[in-house]
Amino acid sequence: MSDLTKLTLADAVDGLKAKTFSSEELTQAFLGEIASANPTLNAYVEVTGEKALAQARASDAKLAKGEGGDLEGAPLGIKDLFCTEGVQTTAGSNMLRGFVPPYESTVTANLWRDGAVMLGKLNMDEFAMGSANETSAFGPVVNPWKAQGDDAQLTPGGSSGGSASAVAANLCLAATASDTGGSIRQPAAFTGTVGIKPTYGRASRFGMVAFASSLDQAGPITKTVKDSAILLKSMCSFDTKDSTSLDVPTPDWAASVGQSVKGLRIGVPAEYLIDGMPEEIKKLWEQGVEWLKAAGCEIVQISLPHTKYALPTYYIVAPAEASSNLARYDGMRFGHRAEEFTSLDDLYAASRAEGFGKEVQRRLTIGAYVLSAGFYDAYYVRALKVRRRIAEDFDNVWGKVDAILTPSTPSAAFKLGDKQIDPLTMYLNDVFTVTTNLAGLPGISVPAGLDSKGLPLGLQIIGKALDEDTVFKVAGAIEDAAGFVSKPAKWW
Amino acid sequence: MAIDAATVRRVAHLARIKTPEERLEPLAQELNGILNWIEQLNEVDVDGVEPMTSNVAQTLRLRDDVVTDGDKVADVLSNAPKAADGFFVVPKVVE
Amino acid sequence: MSANATILKGRTGDWEIVMGLEIHAQVASNSKLFSGAAVGFGAGPNEQVSLVDAGFPGMLPTLNRFCVEQAVKSGLGLRAQINLKSQFDRKNYFYPDLPTGYQISQLYHPIVGEGVVEVEAEDGTFFNVGIERLHLEQDAGKLIHDLSPTDSYVDLNRAGTALMEIVSRPHIRSPEQAVAYVKKIRTILMYLGTCDGDMEKGNLRADVNVSVCPVGNYDKFMETGDFGFLGTRCEIKNVNSFRFISQAINYEARRQIEIVEDGGKVDQETRLYDPTKGETRSMRSKEEAQDYRYFPDPDLLPLVLEQTWVDGLKASLPELPDDKRRRLMDQYGLSQYDAIVLISEQAKADYFEAAAKGRDAKLVSNWVTNEISARLAADNRDFSDNPLPAAHVAELVELIETGVISSKIAKEVFDYVWKGEGSPSEVVEKHGLKQVTDTGAIEKAVDDLIAANPDKAAAVAEKPQAIGWFVGQVMKATGGKANPAAVNHILKAKLGL
Repeated sequence: MSDLTKLTLADAVDGLKAKTFSSEELTQAFLGEIASANPTLNAYVEVTGEKALAQARASDAKLAKGEGGDLEGAPLGIKDLFCTEGVQTTAGSNMLRGFVPPYESTVTANLWRDGAVMLGKLNMDEFAMGSANETSAFGPVVNPWKAQGDDAQLTPGGSSGGSASAVAANLCLAATASDTGGSIRQPAAFTGTVGIKPTYGRASRFGMVAFASSLDQAGPITKTVKDSAILLKSMCSFDTKDSTSLDVPTPDWAASVGQSVKGLRIGVPAEYLIDGMPEEIKKLWEQGVEWLKAAGCEIVQISLPHTKYALPTYYIVAPAEASSNLARYDGMRFGHRAEEFTSLDDLYAASRAEGFGKEVQRRLTIGAYVLSAGFYDAYYVRALKVRRRIAEDFDNVWGKVDAILTPSTPSAAFKLGDKQIDPLTMYLNDVFTVTTNLAGLPGISVPAGLDSKGLPLGLQIIGKALDEDTVFKVAGAIEDAAGFVSKPAKWW
Repeated sequence: MAIDAATVRRVAHLARIKTPEERLEPLAQELNGILNWIEQLNEVDVDGVEPMTSNVAQTLRLRDDVVTDGDKVADVLSNAPKAADGFFVVPKVVE
Repeated sequence: MSANATILKGRTGDWEIVMGLEIHAQVASNSKLFSGAAVGFGAGPNEQVSLVDAGFPGMLPTLNRFCVEQAVKSGLGLRAQINLKSQFDRKNYFYPDLPTGYQISQLYHPIVGEGVVEVEAEDGTFFNVGIERLHLEQDAGKLIHDLSPTDSYVDLNRAGTALMEIVSRPHIRSPEQAVAYVKKIRTILMYLGTCDGDMEKGNLRADVNVSVCPVGNYDKFMETGDFGFLGTRCEIKNVNSFRFISQAINYEARRQIEIVEDGGKVDQETRLYDPTKGETRSMRSKEEAQDYRYFPDPDLLPLVLEQTWVDGLKASLPELPDDKRRRLMDQYGLSQYDAIVLISEQAKADYFEAAAKGRDAKLVSNWVTNEISARLAADNRDFSDNPLPAAHVAELVELIETGVISSKIAKEVFDYVWKGEGSPSEVVEKHGLKQVTDTGAIEKAVDDLIAANPDKAAAVAEKPQAIGWFVGQVMKATGGKANPAAVNHILKAKLGL
């Protein structure tokens, strides 16, 4: 029975359609795995077993009649950033502990429309602010991977650490996640899973707890590139409830996976070769270039000159937007309200100091500062101008290349607690991923190999806006060439 | 543009985050570290560059002026820390 | 009322008042600016609230097309620049009536830019007020303080309702001008149908920025654009009646002059007008220096309008008050005063025009602006809700014009008509109010009168003004229906005058 949990999403959906097993069996198998693993891995903040089984039975009834959607009966994990009707949604924060939305996010509504089953809500960095899942009010998520000969617990990355860990440890077939600066791709790279952030505007932000509106995008974390294509298609839709949602059709990307990449021009940006990049990452990147060359791609050396400014730009734009987006958490209409206060202002300040963790407070403070009188032009407006420079860098190379290949992260998974001392060190995790958020481009992380300690490493493919098609093709080629089949040895 | 404890106090108030006095100085140092790092943006030539507020190329959609929502007091108050008679209840506000 | 600047005498010299107004006009829409919840008055607490209005996590704004249209129409009505590209910004502050912690407004790129409004003062002169901008923004919710001794209650029904904020230049120089300006803006918006102008419900309200400066400084400001010539301004919030606007300004200007003359400094602050005490007071809760941290709302994209769409709206605009005033004067030969009174309410002007067709326009105008206006006011109604068909007024004036009834009898006829007894002709018929023009009948009455009062007839030869007594007696004898001109004529002949 536990073998069922090792299935890919694609195989599981096929097996369900073929009635090789039922959704209820599959769901039970996952619930069993979760029950034994979650006390250790802490991937789920809430398991919705009864709801899952009810959904599974409903799916089985449909499947029995030969009906059902693309994901009929497939048990998924949902990042706790997506509002789920009647199920607590916390965004990893004490501020929202006990918050039960009377509404469903568009992304999850799309999944239920297609027949998916919800196993539970996945742990994450508080309000998606973090790169190690250590800022969660529910405690850190543990990476199922461990370095060879070292028993230390590792971070699965963040902010979608619960999603990545759950997929890697077979605690769900696949998971939803979200990415503001790298929060899908970095954890995917740290856990040997596939994570894609689509073009900004592909997935509706309606009902997704906001971090930084102009950067936030939902996307899946899955076991394979094909699974990624399947789940992304289901998550994306044009949604009139989100003014930034793109009015474009959602293609059937799964069909692109496995198609030839022959003749595609792949850009390799000089600026991503950063100082102090570990040799293993550099070698993996070179390996990726060789694989694509072998598959018939043309490799083009390109320059994205403003790359180094992406992180500082991000650390103005994202906190600024967050400082405003998170102003609604004031203890007045929902969320945590302090019990002791001396005045209305004090109630606000006390509720927010108690409800928000340290990193969130830090970013809200930076955000308020860069927008405040006298600093708005110097920080915020300047950052928006540099942001355009960064986006223009990409525009300037699209005539020469069809996709760009980079490493996903500057390192493999690190030990929990390792980078807590200095926020700047932590921020550097997103150095390769954040550019696509600023420019709104699709980016995928594909597991491409193991480092010398046996930890997974990922390669990132960046595509043109709305050209997920090419991104999936190239990702498929890397996946094929890498033949990455390693799974963490089960120790939990 | 170094941040001192007084600035942290002012900004923390703007953000409505209660910050104990003894935290102001360490926070100021921390924020200075981050802001110094951010200062490198001053190297970029941004003359004549239009600020990029969004990476969506389309313009704002408009919806029709029809009533499609509301009339859901129970939902609206469902998560309220305190409510009474259909209202949210908050500590007395003096104007 | 005059278009002149007010000059206030102080102990140290003469002062003038300088004002700029921010008028908040609620858009007459069905649903809110960024949500599908209903806009209305009188619903139960939080019944007209969507989760978007209440600022729930993950809720997003979507813009109401109708509200955009109304803003553009209003801009066109103010003869202002329509900005084909505008943007929504967030104004960040914490308050229990503001669910998201920010108000969506337009600071950096408003939908409507500069314009000029021509305002008529009651003395018939005109003055211009520059419009700086008109932008769209959300209204806040409402706090209710009297339901509990320790708590405030929050009703978000109003939260998210679309407002047009119309910001004037500091071109207003007297309380009377301020009132006339607000009236003019209100009239324009009501003509356009973009705001119902209901000040009692708070659907149109004004914030008044008041400052004082020594006489002469305003002209220097106008020449140089240097605000240094003007005094520090105080903003008086939400003054929602014409009377209060005037009272609040007078109080505030005096207060500021006193401070300055005592060697003090006026604090730039927001103040509240208290109508029961007749004074303004500092709003303590907003005392701290505000830093609203405006920035473009990342949930909303730039609002881009097509010129052809704007042109289409322009072509569909109704006749605006200024144009109507000029046309009424040209077409009907009305005085400027009459025209201004008629255009103050669109339904009044329409009513006048419906009744004036082919009739003596001046006479119709008098009936409309005097008798009918007074009756409506007594019943607490206005012309949009006028029970009297315009055709009745036309008929009444026709009866006067053709000598069927006298002007005096016309008042009596009108009384019956107003009471609903029928059309003027029917009333004249029913009550036998037709004017007697039959000279035979009048002659007989005169003859009888002279015969019965020979001494009085003789006295008239000595004192011609005594004829009045005879006129009165003849009118009495004919039940007031005799044509007064005919009576006079016959009396003079018979009495040998």
